[in-house]
Amino acid sequence: MSKQIQVSSLDAYYGSHKAIEDVSMTIEPRSVTAFIGPSGCGKSTFLRTLNRMHEVIPGARVEGKVLLDGEDLYATTIEPVSVRRMIGMVFQRPNPFPTMSIYENVAAGLRLNRGRIPKSEMDGIVEDSLKGANLWNEVKDRLNKPGAGLSGGQQQRLCIARAIAVRPEVLLMDEPCSALDPISTLAIEDLMAKLKDQYTIVIVTHNMQQAARVSDRTAFFNLAEQGKPGKVVEMDETSRMFTNPTEKATEDYITGRFG
Amino acid sequence: MTTIQHISTSRRIKDRVVQGLVYLAFALAVVPLVSVLWLVISNGLARFDMEFLTHSMNGIGARDANGGAYHAIIGTLEQVLLASLISVPIGLLTAIYLVEYGNGGRLSRSISFFVDVMTGVPSVVAGLFVFAFWILFLGFQFSGWAGALALAILMMPTVVRSAEEMLRLVPTDLREASYALGVPKWRTIVKVVLPTAFTGIVTGVMLAVARVAGETAPLLMTVFFTNSINNDPFNGPQMGLPLFVFDQAARPNDTAVDRAWTGALTLILIVMLLNLVARLIAWWRSPARGR
Repeated sequence: MSKQIQVSSLDAYYGSHKAIEDVSMTIEPRSVTAFIGPSGCGKSTFLRTLNRMHEVIPGARVEGKVLLDGEDLYATTIEPVSVRRMIGMVFQRPNPFPTMSIYENVAAGLRLNRGRIPKSEMDGIVEDSLKGANLWNEVKDRLNKPGAGLSGGQQQRLCIARAIAVRPEVLLMDEPCSALDPISTLAIEDLMAKLKDQYTIVIVTHNMQQAARVSDRTAFFNLAEQGKPGKVVEMDETSRMFTNPTEKATEDYITGRFG
Repeated sequence: MTTIQHISTSRRIKDRVVQGLVYLAFALAVVPLVSVLWLVISNGLARFDMEFLTHSMNGIGARDANGGAYHAIIGTLEQVLLASLISVPIGLLTAIYLVEYGNGGRLSRSISFFVDVMTGVPSVVAGLFVFAFWILFLGFQFSGWAGALALAILMMPTVVRSAEEMLRLVPTDLREASYALGVPKWRTIVKVVLPTAFTGIVTGVMLAVARVAGETAPLLMTVFFTNSINNDPFNGPQMGLPLFVFDQAARPNDTAVDRAWTGALTLILIVMLLNLVARLIAWWRSPARGR
């Protein structure tokens, strides 16, 4: 499990508006890569290009290459749905399915994709996924209750459990903690540290401390001015980025002088 | 510098006056509703008996006090059911197209426009259309099915509009969550979007049913008219409750007028019962249940 992602000169558009320009980077397997940068600089857009979620928005398109262990995800013969099965995603706001119980939420990915799965096997997958998301102990007695009845932090971990239940190679997280309190945030950060043994994790965050705490490598996105496309200013080991960045803009952003 | 002020007398008075006006408007709105219900119940209860519910008007003389609306009840139920079977699938699929696939393109905009136009079509026009097309042009006979066609034309725009609104209320987040799990779009719609909007769609369909169950004009020209029981909606004239009320109320005898009132009461009860069933289904499927 877990694969390497190589992006080369990728542009992403919303209609005629170019949101990101010429992004190239390598995302290493079994590590956490963080994207930081001011709002509107294209971090989330770039994240969504990695599992072809970007094109779900009407008018959105991508130019360039994204290679998953050497295979081009944007080749014309590739089925986008299968890409998303391999590269899971956790969103900014927890979004459990309101009509489903906790159990059904975790099982959703498999049930909707593969149809019938024996109950015993499914029970095992649900339990493993919830344990993997550090949620099992809190919900094991109420698996049949609606997922929407959980607290915000629990819902987000439920969404993580749902994402890892389909056994993806890569897990993309779009500001997963921005709507959560510090304790839930801590729970999710611990979880990321645990999950990176198995998965390639990419996280977008506005919280510099979080990037410094959880990530191995960090990419700093910025845009020249409003309306211009976002670009990667610098990407390096997180420890270097936060102590000794090469670019002046990175240093200014990290130390809070702008953005 | 501003200071903290007490509520002035003039504002108190204005508040009271507006409050009074709001209550008055509410009372005025309720008066017709309550009086209609009261009239129908008080006049209709007299003949609301087993004979009314189980017998037709076959062989009932002009001055006879007995007779019933069984033929009309059967007719209305069958016609409304058939109309729903036609209009709900078409309406729902149209709404799904508009919300999930249309993307505001030319086709979806023109569909939207024609749905709006259809909403405004008077019910008698729907009846005339089916009469001219199905009965005169294609040469079929009067039947419950022809009535159902006319009712379906009237139901469809209501179903499309309400289903469309309910589907739009489903957050994009949920669709994206499903896509991100690698679920194809059509499965996302069937397994995530529709169940989430289910309660609202059922309510919308019930409103449409309630609307057409009371239509008289389109039935006049399509199901024709009969005094006897016809269980087969595809063959021969049928009756409908609104037609029954219309027919009985026009007769000069008190016994007939009594039957008209009871027919109206039965119609209201059927619509209320359907609403109740819809609420039960909605409650049973509601995501909040068991929290």
